[in-house]
Amino acid sequence: MLALFVRDLKLAFRSGGGFGLALAFFLIVVMFVPFGVGSDLALLARIAPGILWIGALLACLLSLDRIFQLDFEDGTLDVLATSPLPLSGITAAKAAAHWITTGLPLTIAAVPLGYLLNLSELAYPWLIASLAIGTPALSFIGAFGAAVTVGVKRGGLLLSLLVLPLYIPTLIFGAVTVTKSADGLNPLPSLILLAGLTMFSVAIMPLASALALKANLKG
Amino acid sequence: MTIIATNICCTRGARQVLQDVSFSLSAKECLILRGPNGVGKSTLLRVLAGLSKPASGALELDHDDVAYSGHLDAVKFQLTVAENLSFWAGVYGTDTVAAVIDRFGLGQIVDRHAANLSAGQKRRLGLARLTLSNRKIWLMDEPTTSLDAEHTQLIAKSISEHCGQGGIAVLSSHLDLDIPTAKTLDLVRFVPTKQNDTSMFLEGSY
Repeated sequence: MLALFVRDLKLAFRSGGGFGLALAFFLIVVMFVPFGVGSDLALLARIAPGILWIGALLACLLSLDRIFQLDFEDGTLDVLATSPLPLSGITAAKAAAHWITTGLPLTIAAVPLGYLLNLSELAYPWLIASLAIGTPALSFIGAFGAAVTVGVKRGGLLLSLLVLPLYIPTLIFGAVTVTKSADGLNPLPSLILLAGLTMFSVAIMPLASALALKANLKG
Repeated sequence: MTIIATNICCTRGARQVLQDVSFSLSAKECLILRGPNGVGKSTLLRVLAGLSKPASGALELDHDDVAYSGHLDAVKFQLTVAENLSFWAGVYGTDTVAAVIDRFGLGQIVDRHAANLSAGQKRRLGLARLTLSNRKIWLMDEPTTSLDAEHTQLIAKSISEHCGQGGIAVLSSHLDLDIPTAKTLDLVRFVPTKQNDTSMFLEGSY
């Protein structure tokens, strides 16, 4: 499993890997907001938590279809499925590698971008905490969506339609955590609920993804 | 360690391709599947690998013994030959990468990215995985595709040796491979006896 995790990290950073894609998309989306909305600092500060979370979520969505599709196309997934690794372990390793190469850089990049949107300084620790705790859920739920749509030619649209509704709870609690901290309210309850969502996804999604993969490989 | 297949029927998509295939293999035996294109050789190999279930029939085989090699080489283009092999060594928990590189004549190209390999070299890299896996049952779908005569010989020799050491190999091939102990199974095309087996909505749905 470690071998698979390390290989996925390596592939993400090699040429043609998806590492820069999510990060670049996130930077572009967030940097365009002040241009579109105007330079009203109070308004920017108010919408900053939502923009940062939506930006991170869409950026994450962008690289989801690579989780299984590339391995499916070159036959690696067939061989992995017959290897000693359990399918749920394979999906967990791949989702974890996806988080390291997208969720983690997005969390770090959110700090300078928050400054760009005039985010209240009270909110920074909570912004980092909510993204660090919430984005693993995005990767694990996304891996499930990718497992369901693997083998579907250009399944990106189907994948988005499938995954976005499942992302809504994470988005709500993530953004609320940051908004509350910016308003000087106690953000801890929503952060704890967010952590609960992540733990649920990390525990359940690899099993669900394994079932979906098994059904898809039979084609 | 044995493979016993009794009256296996397979479907591909919604269509039946094989009817009542039976054979049994024990250690040191090699089975070569023959038959025209589309007869169901690959489908049968996928069933043996546990990648799909037979539509009916009984299959006795421990899937934990199986190393499968399909049409595709399962080679990552962005990784070097050595990195590809050590990844699979990590997956199968073995450490014989150096020996396998030697054995399959990959020494010259070990630091090259797989994207720059020829089709035959990629094929060898893919097949090297079987030796690396240290598993007893090799399932190979057209292993000799794009290999030259010399390396076809090498693969045939590897398969003979694997069987000699108590392994089992099942492969499909259109070439006459020089494997002395090999048995041959001729697959015949399945012809449906009654019309409209499948609903017209499912027909061709894959």
